Amino acid sequence: MKEVMEASHAIAEAVKAVDPAVIAAYPITPQTHIVERLSEYVANGELKGEYINAESEFAAISACLGAQATGVRSYTSTSSQGLALMHEILYIVSGMRLPVGMTVVNRALSAPINIWNDHQDSISERDSGWIQLYVETAQEAYDMTLMQYKICEDKRVLLPSMVCLDGFTLSHVYEPVDILEKARVDGFLPKYKPVHAVLDPKEPLTQGPIGFPTHYMEFRKDLVDAIAGSERVIGEVMAEYSRMFPVSIKDSRPDRYYHYEEYMMEDADVVLVAMGSVCGTIKEVIDELRGKGVKAGLLKLVTYRPFPNELIAKRLSGYRKVAVVDKALSPGNTAPLYTEVASALYDSKERPNLRSFIVGLGGRDVTLGHIERIINMTLKGEGAKTEWMF
Amino acid sequence: MAILGLDEKEYFARGHRACAGCGESLALRLLMKVAGPNVVVCHCTGCMEVVSTPYPETAWEVPWVHSAFENNSAVASGVERALKHLGKEDTKVLVLGGDGGTYDIGLQCLSGAFERGHNITYVCTDNEAYMNTGIQRSGATPFGASTTTSPAGKVSNGKHEGKKDLMHILAAHGSPYLATASVGYHTDFLRKVKTALETKGPTFVNVMVPCVPGWRIEPEATIKVAKLGVETGATPLYEIIAGKHKLNMPVDSSKLKPVEEYLKMQGRFRHLFKPEPKTAELQAIQQGVKDGIDRLKKLSDLGL
Amino acid sequence: MADIGRKKIGNVELTTGAVLPSDGSTQKNKTGGWRALRPVTDHAKCTGCGICWVYCPDASRFKDKDGKFDFVADYCKGCGICADVCPVKCITMVVEEE
Repeated sequence: MKEVMEASHAIAEAVKAVDPAVIAAYPITPQTHIVERLSEYVANGELKGEYINAESEFAAISACLGAQATGVRSYTSTSSQGLALMHEILYIVSGMRLPVGMTVVNRALSAPINIWNDHQDSISERDSGWIQLYVETAQEAYDMTLMQYKICEDKRVLLPSMVCLDGFTLSHVYEPVDILEKARVDGFLPKYKPVHAVLDPKEPLTQGPIGFPTHYMEFRKDLVDAIAGSERVIGEVMAEYSRMFPVSIKDSRPDRYYHYEEYMMEDADVVLVAMGSVCGTIKEVIDELRGKGVKAGLLKLVTYRPFPNELIAKRLSGYRKVAVVDKALSPGNTAPLYTEVASALYDSKERPNLRSFIVGLGGRDVTLGHIERIINMTLKGEGAKTEWMF
Repeated sequence: MAILGLDEKEYFARGHRACAGCGESLALRLLMKVAGPNVVVCHCTGCMEVVSTPYPETAWEVPWVHSAFENNSAVASGVERALKHLGKEDTKVLVLGGDGGTYDIGLQCLSGAFERGHNITYVCTDNEAYMNTGIQRSGATPFGASTTTSPAGKVSNGKHEGKKDLMHILAAHGSPYLATASVGYHTDFLRKVKTALETKGPTFVNVMVPCVPGWRIEPEATIKVAKLGVETGATPLYEIIAGKHKLNMPVDSSKLKPVEEYLKMQGRFRHLFKPEPKTAELQAIQQGVKDGIDRLKKLSDLGL
Repeated sequence: MADIGRKKIGNVELTTGAVLPSDGSTQKNKTGGWRALRPVTDHAKCTGCGICWVYCPDASRFKDKDGKFDFVADYCKGCGICADVCPVKCITMVVEEE
């Protein structure tokens, strides 16, 4: 069924199809349209799961932890301050290897308080042990929400995941989306079967013991191995999804989902690396500049955690000029996505000249002009190593 | 198999690392005989969680989950709904925590769970301080008690504030059943746990459990001290059933043992007696205890 | 059946997310080694009421074949609560010899 809808509502449709047994949510701008639509589904009997109106995001993620530990599928969604409030529990959910599904509607972190888009919230949780996937369009948001559960419930993974979409610039934007019939989704995503986490008097388990220095480090190694290994599972699930559900709305998503998407990279003199909806703007500028003989390309990163170091290094070496576009910060050091791309390229024989650009913080509009300047500055070698595109 | 009407089976096994004479571990051992085996325990961080689950060992013989310090009620909310979804509503959800994780840092999640009316039973094992981290004061620490963050000193007589009245905070949420209890009166305690488990909706039992190192008592004195707390009226036993008070013990303030008998047994109140008695503070404590019993008696008698 | 994912990393035995079967495995830890005092029960005086069994925090009292109670040497921590609560005072705490 093809319909023009808000990305938030597309996600709500996907969650409805995923059919979590427990949804726990607390409202925060700009996530509210998702949780409101879900509670409408519940009120109309379209969603049979239990809906918990949590009294804070902290309680919401804790309730999901409890539900998932019991042995059922769970879902929550948040942004910015709400995600920050969940911080303690995010690490615990991944440490307990509970495949909770979450949507993060990206919004800036206070202070100053700001309700508009950037990536500081989710990137601040990059060490939490959660899988992180970034989307550009409403169709991708819908598709990725279906995929995240299949990836995370896989026996080889058993980790929580967040699908990240830009607040307002994507969440509140109307785009055509192809919504699948439930039967087709069921063919892709089977009913949840817990592997290790159940709370059942018939086979009682203890979850969440203390890990002394004699054991803790090995548990963390196991977690790291699991998230590293998830890269393969993510690739498999993306391939399966792409095969089962081909593109039906032109330009709504890549033909084949992958850890990254290439746009006009083959003969590019300069490549931009970016995540999220800003990639739409970047693609438009690339098209326009190509018309003027400027050969720019884009590597749109989809899988941020696990960070696909080898794939990135392989794909980017050989290019002479690469500009990493960050919508986040690591105050006291260089921007996070830039740092990670640089680290991935460190051992490459042919390292590009790498530039860092900070854009769009706190909902500052990222214009065609900004992107054009980024491309030109990188091509001409102008400006500082880190440039803020105010 | 039963001894004194209690299941001989231990759902909270021996070998746990609690101190010798630990009142809290006794309370857990006993209440699990009433709650188990068809139960899921949601426990918060604290002495009991730490001493009972040192990976790779666990003292528990029922499904049990711990995640953080302040969220056991929120976790329990998710567990309760998940069990409902699985058609296992007859499995009880038991939420356990000490006074630290309940009165203070856990209060938000507790309030949220009670407001939403989940079918859970919360038992707070109250030893009146953050014992696991080294005897620091909590909202449940009584007036005049010396803790490591409210120590008695040259210009201080211990905690300046009174004990937070969590029972009435939760009563205001409309809970159908709330009760105070003491590990020194086990039949009363377990009757209340059973009632709380069998009452639909969010229910609460606050059980006083003396702490050997924290209260500075001899290990063998745990039960004696717990009983004196009740007999002096310092830690009375009462219920709030469908919003109405019922004072169990003491029956009224006329026959209270002097509260000094209770305080004198505990090193955390020693500064009130040595080097010389702090008469004003002791009188304030005694008056406060009497007023508390009088008030509960009045509410009970008036059917409020 | 839950698959708790037992594996080893180096010499350390792990499970997925540190999950454990709730099988009371703390019983491997014999806390009897903690005690400085041991409870000695006068079986002539013992009425078999069971109060000591109720109030032992470590479940370290047991009923013998004659219906009298005694202590479980492997686990008793020697706290002395049993001696305190015994209604007929038939339990005495003595210094542990071992």
